[in-house]
Amino acid sequence: MAGAIHAEGLVKTFGDVRALDGVDLDVPEGTVFGLLGPNGAGKTTAVRVLTTLIRPDSGRAEVAGIDVLTRPDEVRRSIGLSGQFAAVDEYLTGRENLEMVGQLYQLTRRDAKRRARELLERFALAEAGDRTAKTYSGGMRRRLDLAAALVVSPPVMFMDEPTTGLDPRNRQALWDVIEELVGGGTTLLLSTQYLEEADHLADSIAVVDRGRVIARGTADELKTQTGGDVVELVVHDRADLATADEVLRRVGDGETTLVEHTRKLSVPAAGGAKLLAEIIRELDGRGIEIDDIGLRRPTLDDVFISLTGHSADDMELSKDSTRADRRTRGGPPPGQEQNEKEEGER
Amino acid sequence: MSITKDDASARPMQRTGERIGFRQGLHDSLVVARRNLLRMLRIPEVVVFSLIQPVMFVVLFSYIFGGSITLPGAGDSASAYREFLMGGIFAQTVTFATAGASAGIAEDMQKGIIDRFRSLPMARGAVLTGRTFADLAQTAVILAVLAVVALLVGWRIHNGFLDALAAFGLLLLLGYAFTWIGALIGLSVRSPEAATSGGLVWLFPLTFVSVAFVPSENMPGWLQPVAEWNPFSATVLAVRDLFGNLPPNYHAPDVWPMQHPQLASLLWSVLIIAVFRALAVRKYKRATG
Repeated sequence: MAGAIHAEGLVKTFGDVRALDGVDLDVPEGTVFGLLGPNGAGKTTAVRVLTTLIRPDSGRAEVAGIDVLTRPDEVRRSIGLSGQFAAVDEYLTGRENLEMVGQLYQLTRRDAKRRARELLERFALAEAGDRTAKTYSGGMRRRLDLAAALVVSPPVMFMDEPTTGLDPRNRQALWDVIEELVGGGTTLLLSTQYLEEADHLADSIAVVDRGRVIARGTADELKTQTGGDVVELVVHDRADLATADEVLRRVGDGETTLVEHTRKLSVPAAGGAKLLAEIIRELDGRGIEIDDIGLRRPTLDDVFISLTGHSADDMELSKDSTRADRRTRGGPPPGQEQNEKEEGER
Repeated sequence: MSITKDDASARPMQRTGERIGFRQGLHDSLVVARRNLLRMLRIPEVVVFSLIQPVMFVVLFSYIFGGSITLPGAGDSASAYREFLMGGIFAQTVTFATAGASAGIAEDMQKGIIDRFRSLPMARGAVLTGRTFADLAQTAVILAVLAVVALLVGWRIHNGFLDALAAFGLLLLLGYAFTWIGALIGLSVRSPEAATSGGLVWLFPLTFVSVAFVPSENMPGWLQPVAEWNPFSATVLAVRDLFGNLPPNYHAPDVWPMQHPQLASLLWSVLIIAVFRALAVRKYKRATG
């Protein structure tokens, strides 16, 4: 099957920061590909290169079989882009925004109008369609932005963190829309910070860190790698942290994480509820009092710890006191900072 | 209906392999111009404020300086100065469109909307050209209002309709040329605020060291050639001549642009468009990767 997105050795530097450090991607037609990573990992830069917004320093890429570097105008006819920062004109109404985008996709005025009407309806914006986008809520703006990306039903879609900053209800609503979209055969590259989102939507996932792809696979494969679910607990007395950590390392299914100031510990738990019960028994037997304990789904952070030995948000926390007492066992020390350049670029 | 159904009418016209041509460039520019005009209608304060300043100038210059500025060949009649003045105010007003263009483009470059435009199969220069078209329309409206105010304070057209039309044509062309300077400024600064002042500061020396408000004969000798070769002066003199607002015994300074002001005005405007449009489009392409 022909690849809808193909990239080889993409490198892009901003000053000293290597936002992309040799990224290869292959996305088969009609599938959903998740680019999973923390802020500053290079996700946005990768999307911007593939959507012709920036040129890489080296490497090559094809989208819908068209070379991104040599034939960008043709690539633009085959893609839709929906970004993290809703790219709509806030002084225009929802309808005017969509009609403008339609006309710039070279639809006739009539088709652009018709399409705008359909999309407003589809995205539950029909009532708000004649109000300026300034008056829209965050969720409505995202929906309008997504609608703008779908004006011509492009064969390849890019969504850069489509749900970042949305409340759970709006996130679910957007997921529904995306699921329907990909059900229709569109190829989608989706960047996200949430493992849950990638798990929910993507057929396959690439985990990126500091401009490199550090793991590939399906959500299940990645979760297996982290040992599946995670047991998380808070001990009552800080003095018990070390003992509890020892217990977790012995009975748990992977490396433990410990945050001193919140007295929180976690460990992968492939054994699920059985392991949870065992941990409670063990800690009880040693007279360690627990404030809170539970089983939760693995997050990006857990995947990161198992893959790299450092936490996904170490970089973000660097300015924060939390970092000083956040330690990860059995891995290299948290990496150097490399973030925000991506944001600074816009 | 499904949002992904293969719907032929919702697909862009197929132009595989074909470069984006002039026709599409014009179409895209008009679409962007419409967007900018809609924005202007939604923020009418901007248009209102850009009207207050020239109206204020008409009144201040007419009634305060009118009695003290003498025109060679017209004695010291205040009404002669008022007639003389209008060409200068008209020309100055159209150049103030520069600030609107630079602020608007600086704002667009900062917002996510520029990514939307750049990911669309549209003509590259259309974001800039569309903005300059919208500014041109705004300038035309402001000029019309200003002409009415000028008529109220005693300004008259003496050479007939066609000459007056030609005069307004030259004014709009000058205004359009200056919006391209504004576009370049808007692309060169970091914030819309900086773009507004950056679009304005240099207009004051440019429009005052000219024949707009005071005849060049009244200036120090070393400044006279600067004023007479100032691109802005050619348009001022050209429209005065076309409106028939020059004093009866007026002798234009003996330099080429003052002797052929209409042609000079036209050439200057075309030159400014050619140079600044090329620079702005190049800068836009670079600034956006």
